Amino acid sequence: MEIPRHWRIKSQRYGLVGEVCPHCEIKIFPPRDVCPNCGGEAKEEYIFSGRGEVYSFTSLYDGPAGFEETTPYTVALIKLEEGPVVTAQLTDLGDASVEIGMPVEMVTRRIRSDGDERGMLIYGYKFRPLGLGPR
Amino acid sequence: MTSSEKSSLLLIPDRPVGFIGYGAYVPRYRLPGSAVARVWRFSEGGSPVKEKAVAGLDEDVITMSIEAARNALARAGIAASELRAVWIGSESHPYAVKPSGTVVAEALGATTSVSTGDWQFACKAGTEAIVAAMGLVGSGMGKYALAIGMDTAQGRPGDQLEYTAGSGGAAYIVGPADEALAVIEAAYSFVTDTPDFWRRQEQKYPEHGQRFTGDPAYFKHIHSAAETLLKETGTSASDYRFAVFHQPNPKFPQRAASLLGFNDEQIKDGLLVPVIGNTYAGAALIGLSAVLDIAQPGDRILVTSFGSGAGSDAFALRVTEAILERRGKAPSTAAYIARRTEIDYGTYVRFRGKLAMK
Ligand SMILES: [Zn+2]
Repeated sequence: MEIPRHWRIKSQRYGLVGEVCPHCEIKIFPPRDVCPNCGGEAKEEYIFSGRGEVYSFTSLYDGPAGFEETTPYTVALIKLEEGPVVTAQLTDLGDASVEIGMPVEMVTRRIRSDGDERGMLIYGYKFRPLGLGPR
Repeated sequence: MTSSEKSSLLLIPDRPVGFIGYGAYVPRYRLPGSAVARVWRFSEGGSPVKEKAVAGLDEDVITMSIEAARNALARAGIAASELRAVWIGSESHPYAVKPSGTVVAEALGATTSVSTGDWQFACKAGTEAIVAAMGLVGSGMGKYALAIGMDTAQGRPGDQLEYTAGSGGAAYIVGPADEALAVIEAAYSFVTDTPDFWRRQEQKYPEHGQRFTGDPAYFKHIHSAAETLLKETGTSASDYRFAVFHQPNPKFPQRAASLLGFNDEQIKDGLLVPVIGNTYAGAALIGLSAVLDIAQPGDRILVTSFGSGAGSDAFALRVTEAILERRGKAPSTAAYIARRTEIDYGTYVRFRGKLAMK
C-alpha cells in the first residue's frame, strides 16, 4: 500500500504547488526547500499558473501496471511558463496531434486507482491543449 | 423584521446574499443520440436530444468539480482560503464513503478551515447546497461558500435515459449581496415524498417508477415551487428576462415554462439539454451559467430545479453591474460546449466503465 506517500504529496500534485526562492526569485517545482539556483533556503509556497508548453513527448501503448484503464496515453515533459519542467500525462487531446512547443494548461484529473476497483483513487495534474479561454 | 415577513414561505436570509462567482464545466466528448438508437433500435431516429456530453476516462465528479470551482474562483476574485464551505451535490460521487468535497477543497487550496460535505437529492442536490450556502453566508457564519452541482449521469444501457444521461455541471460562490454579480432576492423549496426515480445503495443504474415520472413528479414540483416563489415575491413571468428549469429532456422544461406563463424566448438560452444531455444535479445550474454568460445588469432570472424523490428549489435572481467585468475571467459555457469530440457507442461503453473486464 502506498497510501501515506500519496497523502504526503497531495497538494503539489493536485494543484502544482511549489516554492519561490526569497533570495533569487526562482520558482521551484517540485518543492525541495533548497533553491537549486543559489543554494539558499526556499520554503515560501508558490502556486504555479498551470500554463506551459510541450518540451518533448512519447505515447505509451503498453502502460505500466495500474494505468491499464487509460492506456494508450501520451506522456510529456512540460516546460512551465515560470521555468521548471515537469513530467505529466496529456489529456483531452481529441483529434489534435501533439507537437513540440504546443501550449498547454494544467487540469486535475484521475491518474489511476490504487490497486483494483476497491482501492483509493489517485488524483493529480495532467495537461491539455490551451484554448478554452481565460483562466 | 415584521411578523408578516417572518411568516413568509420564502427562504430569505437576514443578510442579503448573492452569487459572487460562477463556473461551468462540460467534458469534451459527445455521444450523438443516433449512435444510441443504432445499437438499441437498429435505426438512427428517436433520440430526444441531438447529443450528450460524456466524461473522459480520467474524469469524474471530483475532477469536474475542481475545474468548475476554479472558474468560479477566477470570476469571484477571492482566494480559496476565504471559502468557509465546499459543498458538492451529485448522484455520482466517486466514493460511496469518502467525501468528494475534501479532495476538491484540497485541490482548490481551501483546506483546512472549511466545512465540506457531499449532498444528495437526485437532480436537485446542487441547488440544495446553494440553499444551505445562503444560510451559512446569510447568517454571518462565513463570508463565502462554494456550492456545486455536478454529475456523470447514469443510465442503464438500452434504457430511454441512455440517450440523455450526460456529464457536466456548474459551481457557484455565494457571498454578500453587495459583492454579487447576481443577487439572490429569494428562494423557495417545495418537497413531497414521491417515488418517481431512485437508485439503491450499490446499484449501478437508477430505476424509475413509470407512472410517477411526469405530472406527479416533475411538473407538480417545478410548478408549485416556481408559482409560490412568483406569488410570494409579487412578481410574474413577464418580470423575468430569463427562466431556467431542470431539463431531463427538451420537452419537459418547455411545457413547465409555458404553464407558468414563460415564453420560448425566455428559456432558450438556458436550455442546454439538446446539446449536452441531462446533467442531473448539474442541469439547472449549468443552464443558469449559460444565462449569466449573456445577461445584462438589471436582468431578472428565475431558476427552478427538480430532484426525484421529490422536490424543487426555486430562486429569484437579479443581475448586477459586476457581471460585466467578471464573466470574462473564465471560459464561457458556450466555449465548453463548442469544444467537442464525437465518440461512437463502443468508445462510450469503455469511457463509462460499462465493459465487464472480469
Ligand atoms: Zn535562489
